[in-house]
This record gives sequence, C-alpha cells and structure tokens, in this order.
Amino acid sequence: MAEPVPMRLQAADNIPSAIDLRAEYVESGVKDVLDELDSSLIGLAPVKQRIKETAALLLVERARKRLGLAHETPTLHMSFSGNPGTGKTTVALRMADLLHRLGYIRKGHLVSVTRDDLVGQYIGHTAPKTKEILKKAMGGVLFIDEAYYLYRQENERDYGQEAIEILLQVMEHQREDFVVILAGYADRMDRFFESNPGFRSRIAHHIDFPDYTDDELLRIAEVMLANQNYGFDAKGRAAMEQYIALRRRRPHFANARSIRNALDRARLRQANRLFETSDGPVDADALSTIVAADIRASRVFGGTTQEEAAS
Amino acid sequence: MHITQGAFSFLPPLTDEQIARQAQYCIDKGWAMSLEFTDDPHPRNTYWDMWGHPMFDNPDAAALMMELKECRKVYGDRYIRFVAFDSSHGWESVRLSFIVNRPAAEPGFRLDRQEAAGRAVRYTARSYAADRPTGERYG
Repeated sequence: MAEPVPMRLQAADNIPSAIDLRAEYVESGVKDVLDELDSSLIGLAPVKQRIKETAALLLVERARKRLGLAHETPTLHMSFSGNPGTGKTTVALRMADLLHRLGYIRKGHLVSVTRDDLVGQYIGHTAPKTKEILKKAMGGVLFIDEAYYLYRQENERDYGQEAIEILLQVMEHQREDFVVILAGYADRMDRFFESNPGFRSRIAHHIDFPDYTDDELLRIAEVMLANQNYGFDAKGRAAMEQYIALRRRRPHFANARSIRNALDRARLRQANRLFETSDGPVDADALSTIVAADIRASRVFGGTTQEEAAS
Repeated sequence: MHITQGAFSFLPPLTDEQIARQAQYCIDKGWAMSLEFTDDPHPRNTYWDMWGHPMFDNPDAAALMMELKECRKVYGDRYIRFVAFDSSHGWESVRLSFIVNRPAAEPGFRLDRQEAAGRAVRYTARSYAADRPTGERYG
C-alpha cells in the first residue's frame, strides 16, 4: 500500500506489447484446473460454464494489468446456492486453487466455517471469534456454509448480526486479501440476501448448483466405487439405477451425499454377505463386486413396496 | 535518537509493504508471529506487553498487518515490534524480532556515571522518556 508510484514506474520498464491469452491460459495452470474440473466432476454444466467465464474474465483482467491498461481488482466474492450434496464445497476447493493460480489470492487455502465458528455465545465473544477466522482465511478463501444461519430474523439481539457487520467491513476494505464464498440452499439464500442488502451488493457472482439427474448420479456412484476399488456387476448396476430413482422420491434426498451413504451401506452388506455365505477362500473379484442383493436389501426398496401396498 | 534494537533497526523504518513481506517470510518458515508493545526503550527491557495472542495458524501476513493497524490505533505512540517464535525442537525461542512502530520523538538516553571505590566508575544508561510514568512517556 505504501508508495504505489515507484512500483508503477518499475512496471513501465517492461510492459509487453502483446499478450498471448492462449499461452497465458496454459502457463498459469488455469487450463489444468479447468480440465480437471471437467473430468473429475460429473454434470454441473452451468456451474462449469460460470467458472470458465470467471476464469476468462480474470485472465483478461490480468493481461490488461500487465499491459498497463486501467484495471480494478474485480470483486470475487461469490455465493453458491443449491440443494445438499450438489458439490458446493468441492467446487469451492477448486475455486480456491483457480484463484491462487491466477494470482488473485496469495495462498489458495480454503477455510470452511459455519455459524458456530463465527458467532459467539455471549456479549463480546463474537468479534474476536469472527476476526480470528478472518485472519485464518487471509490469503485464501473463506467458505461459509449455510450462511443464512448467521442472520436470525426472529431475534433482534442475535449475535449473528455482529458477525455479519465485521464480515462486510473486511470484505469491503480488504478485497485483495481474501475471497468469501457463501453457500446454502437456494430459497433460504435468496431470503438471506433480501434481508441483508449489504451482502447482495458486495457479491458479484451468484452460481446456482442444479440437482443431478438420475443418470449423473449413477455415474457418480460408479466413480465413487472405482475410487475405492469396488465395482457393480450388471445386475447390481441395474439395482442401483432403480435405487436412485426411488431414493429421489423419499425425504432428505441429498444428491451425491445420499449416494455415498447408500454405497457405504452397500459395502457393509457386501462384507456381511461374503462373511456369512462364503466357504473357502474368496478372490479379489468377489471382494470388490457389489451385487444386486447388496443394494436391494436397502430400506428404500422395502419402503416403496409397503407404500404401494398401502395405496 | 533512533533506537537500534532487533533486526533491521539500522535501516530507515520499514514501509508497511516491507513489514508485510518480512512477516510473510517468517510465516512461511513456520514461525508463530506475535505483536508486542512497550514505552520503555531500554535495551535490557525484555518484557514487552503482548498485543493479543500469538498467531499460530495464519498463513498470510495480511492478518498480521490487520492486527498491527489495530495496535497502532491504540498504542501508536509507543514502540511496537513483531516477534517470530520458532517452536521446532532445539530452537524453541525467538528467531527474529523487529520494530515496526516508533514514537514520533525518541529523546534518547542519559549516561550516569557513579564513582565507586578506588577509581572505578559505574555507568548507567537511563532513558529520558522513562522519567515520566508509564503511559505518559510519549506524546
């Protein structure tokens, strides 16, 4: 912040006449991050599109800066809204990496917090607590999950308001030091922004996370299993497909998270089945195959038949 | 009189940008930074007051600069220093400390000579600022 003048003069000595955006794109490592995003995250097409656009903006902004054109540090604070299990935290991690590679944040770490980490229990407890977290997040990304819990409409004296005020102040004055990402369910985020216009105006990027389709969830399930060295057999895969369709209609459906939990339970049943039915040695194939019975034992199937019987 | 304690004290005062980069160096080395302040400039005064807690888990110097700004608001008329503590085995002590804030005017030290037995002379450095009670010494 001190003496900006000599710094500008220094830069004037080696202003390039042109910048190859393509080369810049590859060299900065942005391409790697985006490619990885594309290949490792299934679905989420609109999110990926928005991230690509943001990356393009930042690249251009950086090129402008190097050519000595007028530029202003863009506001990078974002809000991610979407149903549970749609990949908000995962994308936030990638975002931190991306911003770090583009040089907009110095360290690129992600500090993930909820209301409990920011808001204190008694008077005078909130400010130091919030500041402590902000200090930890400096140079990186502060990810506030379920941000709307910060604001409790029904209680005027709620300490959340204090945390919000400190947050807004630092978001405004130390814009180049860190990036805030607010996350939560779409409808409640909208209400949160309505009652906190300060946040709305300081957040430039609103990204919506759509629900996964059944097809995408099946692919996610396969990737999750493959990462743990498991796999479906043909019937198991069909059972999973059915499971996803049924699970979606039941309450508390949390997209990829529900799938992960279902797979964890399936592995449990598989282990149990192997233990009880096998006599003699088992091979690697048997140890890593999830069959239809492991999935079909789920409550979801039983529940539907009962419902069907009742209706 | 510009007092010379800690690192960099023979240089002109560091700018905020320079302070931030030195702090970042310490953080990157894994040292815990903290802020201390005092209004007793005597070189043997090793017990400075702490400003807040030591900062163990802040990966970026911006956090320290934020604290420094706050500290200057309250104790801008005193000496403030950054202290970098190395907790690794074998060191377990301060690796680097440097002054980041000074009073506007530093009156310096008076040299007292006490004549002792024989022709011996005992010397005492007494800071002019310390003549007044703490809290009223500068400004």
